[in-house]
Formats: sequence, C-alpha cells, structure tokens
Amino acid sequence: MLSIIKYGLYDITRNKVIIAYTLFLLCMSFGLYALEGQPAKATLSLLNIMLVLIPLISIVFSTIHYYNAYEFTELLLAQPLPRRSILLSQYISIAAALTLAYLIGMVFPVLLYDASAHSYWLLLTGFLLTLVFVSLAFLSAVSTRDKARGMGMAMLLWFYFALLYDGIILFILFAFADYPLEKAVVALSMLNPVDMGRIAVIIKMETAALMGYTGAVFQNFLGTTQGLVISISVIILWIIIPLGMVIRIFKHKDL
Amino acid sequence: MIHLQKVSKSYGKVQALLDCTVAFEQGQSVALIGPNGSGKTTIIKCVLNMVKPDQGQITFFGASIANQWQYRAHIGYMPQTGRYPDNMRVEQVFALLKKLRNDPADTDEELIEQFELKKIFGKPMYTLSGGMRQKVSAALAFMFNPAVLILDEPTAGLDPLASEYLKQKIIREKEKGKLILITSHILSDLDDIATDVLYIMEGRLQFFKTLEAVKTETAEVRLANAIASIMKKQNTHVIYH
Repeated sequence: MLSIIKYGLYDITRNKVIIAYTLFLLCMSFGLYALEGQPAKATLSLLNIMLVLIPLISIVFSTIHYYNAYEFTELLLAQPLPRRSILLSQYISIAAALTLAYLIGMVFPVLLYDASAHSYWLLLTGFLLTLVFVSLAFLSAVSTRDKARGMGMAMLLWFYFALLYDGIILFILFAFADYPLEKAVVALSMLNPVDMGRIAVIIKMETAALMGYTGAVFQNFLGTTQGLVISISVIILWIIIPLGMVIRIFKHKDL
Repeated sequence: MIHLQKVSKSYGKVQALLDCTVAFEQGQSVALIGPNGSGKTTIIKCVLNMVKPDQGQITFFGASIANQWQYRAHIGYMPQTGRYPDNMRVEQVFALLKKLRNDPADTDEELIEQFELKKIFGKPMYTLSGGMRQKVSAALAFMFNPAVLILDEPTAGLDPLASEYLKQKIIREKEKGKLILITSHILSDLDDIATDVLYIMEGRLQFFKTLEAVKTETAEVRLANAIASIMKKQNTHVIYH
C-alpha cells in the first residue's frame, strides 16, 4: 500500500494541472496580500476564493484522475492485493498531492503575512475541504463507469455545495420567515461542508454577522468554541462518510 | 486448477456469461475464441475477481476465490490495453509491481532483455507508444514466474519480432507445465501456442476441446480455417471434451 502511495504521489506531483494549481494559489495569495493593506482583509478575501476554488479543483482533478488511472487500477487488481488497499492508496496519493499544492500555494504565504488565530482555522478548513471533495469525487467516480456521467455528477455536487446551497437556504428563510428558524438553519448548514468551513473561519473572525445568515446564527446559537468544535467535526464526517460509501461500493463493483 | 462451475454473469440486460462450466488444468494452453462481446474477457475478469459472478463458483487449486485476493500471487495478467500513470518512469512501474509482490529474488527478466526494455527504463510512460506499453505489460506478466498466465490479446499491436519473442516465451512457459489462458483474434498466432480451444458465443460455451480434435473434426490444418468452418456450420450445441 505504501509503495502505491509513494509512486502515485511521484506521478501526480508531476502532473501539469497540479503544478498549475500550486502556482495559481501562490500568485493569488501573494497578490492579495500585496494589494490589500490589512492582512486580515486579504485573508478574508482569500477565504471567499478558497471556498469556491479548492472544492472545484479537488473534485474535478480527482474525478478525472480516477478515470484516467482506470486501466492501471485494473492491473493493480490483478496483483495479490485486497481491493480496499488499492482504493485507499489512490485516495491518499491524490489527497496528498492536492494538499502539497495547497501547502506550498496557500499555507506558506498566509503564515508569512497573517499568522493569527483565524488564519490557522482558515488553513485547517482548506485542508479538510480538500479531503471532503476528494471523497465526493471518488464517490461520483465509483458510482458510474461512464466518464461523462461521473464528471457530470462531480460538477453537480460542486455546483450544489459551493453555489446553490446558500440560495436554497435563503429561499427557505424567506418562505418561512414567520417561524423561528434558528435551529433549522443550524441543522441545514451542517448538510454543507463548504458552509461549515466558512463558519469555522468566520466564528474566529468575529465578523460572523456580516458573512451571511448561517454564520450569524451559528455564533449566536452555539458560541465560539462549541461552534468551532461542531463545525470541524461535521466537516470530518463529510470526509469519512462518503469515503466509507466509496469503499463499500468499490468492494462489490465489477471492473 | 481453475474450475468454473455454472458461472453466470449479466450486465443489466446483457447476458455476458450463462451457465459456464469448464475446468482448466496445468500444462494446458487454452485459446479463448469467440466474436467480440462473446464473454471472453468476462471469463478472464471473473477468474481475476474483477467481476463478481451472479451465480456459480470459481475455484483455484480447489479453493473458492470469492472475496479472496492472495491467490492472485500465482497469476500473471497481461491486459488488453495497458495504460500506466503518465509521469511514472518505466523502471518505476517494474519496481512498484515488484514491491507489490514483496520483492522476490528470482524474477524472470527474459522478456525485458529480449524487448530491450532497459534502454527505455528512464522514460516516462506517456512517451511510450502503444506497442512499447504492450511490451511492458508482457514483461510484467511473466516476471514473477506465476503458475497461471492470463493474456488478453497479447500480440495485438506488437511488431513481428516482438510478437515472435512473446510466442516463443509462451511456448516455453507452457512446456514448464503452466496453465495459460489466451484470448486473441489473430488465430494464426494461436496455432503454435494453443493446446486447447474454448469457443464461446453470446456468453454460452460452444465447445472446449483439444486443438487436434478441432482440426480433425473439421478436416482443416489451420486453426483459422477450422474455426471459420465451424462458424459457417453455426454449430450451436454444446460439446465438452
């Protein structure tokens, strides 16, 4: 298993998309800190970009990579190895490569310019979101053999979590404005890892009220520490549950 | 050695295999023949546990292979289309596969020599042509002295010299008493290699007999002609030998 991860990582870190992703993150981070006088403001802008970009790149790259590696996976499956360790090593090598890109492209500049509490949460969130969307990518990829359908499903998941979800919550809020909705909104936002990530960072920034309804409710309702613990644990669940489903599906799948 | 008992498999509405019962034994070199989509690759994938049969049982040296993986240490598999991670170098592919088999000391590197693969060891996989990748796949399949060799279209895409080297290698391994399963559409290649012929159509086993029997029954010298004459007769009743 370790050797598949090792060689897999060697392969993926030489991938042009990963190199471009690293450079893009690096330029963006340095650019924002250079343009913005206050580092905290730049971090906030970075958060907003990160919440859209990291899920997108993670899910698209992982899905494409899964399909491209399909024939090699078949060859590995003909070796004396259990299916689970093949899948897990692929997951780990992709996640590690994306994390490495993120470390160089974003963690490094953020720590350089704005090493404060909210930055640490931002960086942790970015890392966890990478894992969440690699999990979701694998879920869409193992669900169907057809590359176009798998990609479609991955894009739809990204679109839903990164863009559509807030709109749906807003719609619910307007539609049921006459009812006390705080608890419901807290519960609903747990259904979206991106929202959870946003909340984990902005609770720490104390500008929660300015950053959308769910964040404000979360802070009022749960308080800072509890809110953080809950939001991070929910994101971790968003990594583990889809991955568990992927392993189950892959175990019984015809290849 | 490898026994299939009433193995059936369908993909949705498509019946890929139906009630397939067959026994492959040591020293046999079985040519799996049949039209495209007849179920040849499904048989191979069932034996490798890549595809799980809907019904029936497959045993390897007497033990069922359901949910097993250790038995694959005795199988060398050469896939129809070998695609490898783009940026991995050729030697790394070999190193990885060796690691996965716990770095055995006595690897068979004959094909690596004959195909002169050492020359391209430093090249990344994406720079290799289809034929070169095919050579890598072939060398990998034979490297660990497996008791069973499963070769899916081994000579398709190889140049005549490489194809000849591979055929000679297959014959030598067969004489060592290994079981070899080959699918190929190039029937002339199978003439020298195969000892037995398994003919499959629309997921149904048509016959499984020795090459000699096939040739005498059809009064043909070449396998290609023999199969053609069988196909013409549309002989659909199942005969086991």
